[in-house]
Formats: sequence, structure tokens, C-alpha cells
Amino acid sequence: MDILKIKNLRKTYHTKENEFLAVDNFSFNLKEGEFVAIVGPSGCGKSTILSILCGLDKPSSGDIKYNKTLNFGYMLQSDNLFEWLTVYDNCLLGLNIKKDLKNKNYVDKLLKTYGLWDFKDSYPSNLSGGMRQRASLIRTLAIKPDILLLDEPFSALDYQTRLAVSDDVYKIIKKEGKSAIMVTHDISEAISMSDRIIVLTDRPSTIKKIYTINLENKKTPIENRKDKKFAYYYDQIWKDIECHV
Amino acid sequence: MSKEHKNYLKKIKSEKIIIKIIQILIILIIIFIWQYAANKGLINTFVSSSPENILKTIIKLHKDGSLFHHIWITLYEVIVSFILGSTIGIVIAAILWRYNFIFKIIDPYLTVLNSMPKVSLGPIIIILAGASTKSIIIMALLISVIITIINMHQAFKETDKNKIRLLQSFNANKSQIFFKLILPSNFNNLINTFKVNIGLVFIGVIMGEFLVSKAGIGYLIMYGSQVFNLNLVMTGIIILAVMASVMHYIIIFIEKKLF
Ligand SMILES: Nc1ncnc2c1ncn2[C@@H]1O[C@H](COP(=O)(O)OP(=O)(O)O)[C@@H](O)[C@H]1O
Ligand SMILES: [Mg+2]
Repeated sequence: MDILKIKNLRKTYHTKENEFLAVDNFSFNLKEGEFVAIVGPSGCGKSTILSILCGLDKPSSGDIKYNKTLNFGYMLQSDNLFEWLTVYDNCLLGLNIKKDLKNKNYVDKLLKTYGLWDFKDSYPSNLSGGMRQRASLIRTLAIKPDILLLDEPFSALDYQTRLAVSDDVYKIIKKEGKSAIMVTHDISEAISMSDRIIVLTDRPSTIKKIYTINLENKKTPIENRKDKKFAYYYDQIWKDIECHV
Repeated sequence: MSKEHKNYLKKIKSEKIIIKIIQILIILIIIFIWQYAANKGLINTFVSSSPENILKTIIKLHKDGSLFHHIWITLYEVIVSFILGSTIGIVIAAILWRYNFIFKIIDPYLTVLNSMPKVSLGPIIIILAGASTKSIIIMALLISVIITIINMHQAFKETDKNKIRLLQSFNANKSQIFFKLILPSNFNNLINTFKVNIGLVFIGVIMGEFLVSKAGIGYLIMYGSQVFNLNLVMTGIIILAVMASVMHYIIIFIEKKLF
């Protein structure tokens, strides 16, 4: 079932010097429980699309249909944990702002399930990069979002941590049964995690191609990287993006 | 703990002690030379006073009960203008952060007010507010409030945009963004502003007391110079130095307590 239908999304930015089209003719539907990646050259308008979806930005035209009132969880590049709050208070931030502390038990459960309960009274500076990312994900999950919007969520991490954390985050998202749209410029990351990949053209962003990822044997992101068909998708998408450099 | 590490810690500690000792020695030597030169008639104590005379003056002021009276008056003016100046400054900075349009309008006025020597407004303040404590506080307030507005507004504006977006994604309103993020993330800047303000407020209060007052350390210094009692002038200056450093350490103490 489609929980989100985007039709002909278009966004024009105005600056003092000129106006330019950042996103044009962007249409696609998101299925419930689906993990979709958006890849494209940097500066093409990927972040713009996500901020429009979660209502931080207004589209210039186009139509976004939700099948019910959707709750979006937005995760940005860095973990954006507040250093002056404990891990627990960081995770409760969204609920505090929405004045919805009934969901506190859910946060407790998430912290316990994902190994941060013993650290709940520590400050973020005492956590490793991976644990910080997990705390940031729990903060996002706390508000029980229907769709997660991830904007290059791992790009601040070094390569090793990045592999481990993306595996981790993927498992959590699947286990909690969330739909997700992830922006990335890392093709391998996109293939290893998603059900579908939307490849964007250079500015103005339009959809160049949509791939449905059918690996031989779909497992976790790290395992998926060893899949026979991984290289095939990598080559295809690489070619799509390359001609726009 | 290894022996090497113990030695390392010891070294740091002993260096700290040596620095303290030298610092105290410097003061003692200055006092000694000053007193020695005065005793030998190498300097004119009528102009430069002497440690002994200063001590006598302090004792005399204490005996007639006016020492703590003057200290208290100045302290009171400093504290009131510090609290008012910092609070008003931060509130206005917050308003300007909230309404950028207003900031754009008053930006040039702030710049001009900031570069203007506020002391030149003294006579006008006295005419408007009368030759009273009120004038002194207004003077000190003016000196500290403008720079507080400028510094804190700048700091508020430079808060991490991504963290703001994060809060917006939770549908936070402006006041939630301010109290949950802007204010706590600028705690350091707040403390630094307080440190600067305490100094500025002192300048304002002493200038004010020079102009209008009938009591306070500034008055003591002014009165001393008018009757050519340089002992009184020096005593006033020394008391001020002590007061300013005590205030400074109180703020540092609060800073350490809160972190
Ligand atoms: N608020 C804005 N005003 C003007 N231009 C913007 C604004 N936000 C983004 N842009 C521009 O729009 C283009 C797309 O930005 P963005 O969506 O952040 O790209 P991506 O996330 O794909 O790197 C960039 O060229 C960027 O400079
Ligand atoms: Mg981006």
C-alpha cells in the first residue's frame, strides 16, 4: 500500500542574484515498510526534497498526498545531540517539545533494546560515534514516526564505523517496521540498504531512473555488499551519475 | 598509578605553587620598595602616598564607620546595574533574534551607540534623572547594555542551523527553540558577557560617582583629589582593585560550579 504519493514536485529558490529551479517534475510513491534511497550529485536538491516532505520547506508547486496524517522523523547529517543534556533527555527531546511524555515508556524500551540504557544518564561526549548515532535514531523513533527521512545520516562517520552503524540503523528501522527515505551520495550504501533507488539528475533535479533492487539473497547491509548482483547495480548507477559530473 | 605519572603530577603541582609564591612576592616587594622610598624621602608621600598611610587611612575610615558604607554604596550600584544591564541586554538580544526585521532596522543605531563614549551622555543623564544614585545606575547600565545586546545577538544568530532544523522537525515553536537550544547552547558566551559586563559596570559606576555622588568609592577618590588628600585617593583605588577582583573570581566560581 502506498502511504505517500508525490506528484510533480517542483521547487524554485530565489536569491538576490537570480532564481533557479532546484527540483522539477519529481514524482514517486512510497510503499509502507519500504526503504528508498535517493542518490544524485551533490547540490542537486536531495535535501530540498526531504525538507519539503517533512514540512520544513514549501514546494513551489506539486502535490503531496498522505494516506493519513503522517508523522515524519527527520535525521540529519550529524547526530545533533545536545551536549548539555543527558542521553536520556536527548532522546526525550521530541516528546518534550510535543508535550507528549506518555511515550516515555517507549523510549525506555528502545534504550534497553538497543544497548543504551546503561548510558542514559551520561552525556553525549562520553559516547562513541556509533552509540551517538543510535541515540540520535532513538530520539527520532521516540515520536513514533511513520516515515523516517534520513539526510546523509552516516557521512560524518569514518568508513569502518559507517559500515557498522548503517547495519545497525538498518536493523533497527526494519525491526520497528518503519518506512524510510534516505538521501546519500554513497552508491554502495544505497544498494546495500534499499528496496528501491531513485537516481537524480544534476540541477534541476529530475528523476533519471528508479531501480528496484533485487539481490539474490537479501540480508543485512554488510552481507548485501557481498551479493552477486551488487556489482551489477553499482555499475549501472555509477554510469547514470558519472555522465553528469 | 605509575611512578612516572606521579612525578608528572608532582611537577605540575609544584609549578603551580612556585607561580603563586612569585606572584605574592611581587606584591610584597612593590609594597616594600614603596614604603622604603617613602621612609627615605626618595618620593614625595604627599603625591604618591605610602602603604603605611593607606593602611592608616583605611583604619581611620573603618573607625568612623564610613569604610563599609562607601564600599556598600558602590557595590550596590555595581550589582544593580550589572543585573539590570545583563538582563535587559539578553532580553533585547532575544527579541532581536526572534524578530530579525527589527534587528535590521536598529542595527546601525546599535553600532553608533556602541562606538560612542557613553560618558559623554553623563550631563544629560544627570539633568534627566537628577544628581542621584539613579543617574549612576543609568550610566553604568548604558555602558554595559549595548555591548551585551550586540554580543549576545551575534551569538544567538550563530547557533547551529542543523540543530534548529531538528527542533523544527519536532514542530517546535520559536520560544521552545530559544529556551531548549539557543539559550543553553550559548552558556559559554553568556558567562563571557558577564565577565566583560562586570568590568564595564565598574567603569560606569565610578564615572557616575565622579560626576554626582555623595558617597561610594568613586566619591572618595574624587573628594580626596579635591582636598589634595592623595592618601584617600590611593586608598580608594586599592579598594576598587580588591572589589573588582573579588567580583571576577565570584563569576569564575559560579562558572565552575555550573559546569
Ligand atoms: N534556502 C535556500 N535558498 C537558496 N538556495 C538554496 C536554499 N537551500 C538550498 N539551496 C540551493 O539549492 C540547491 C540544492 O540544495 P540541496 O537540496 O541542499 O542539495 P543536496 O542536498 O542535493 O546537496 C543547492 O544549489 C543549494 O545551494
Ligand atoms: Mg544535502
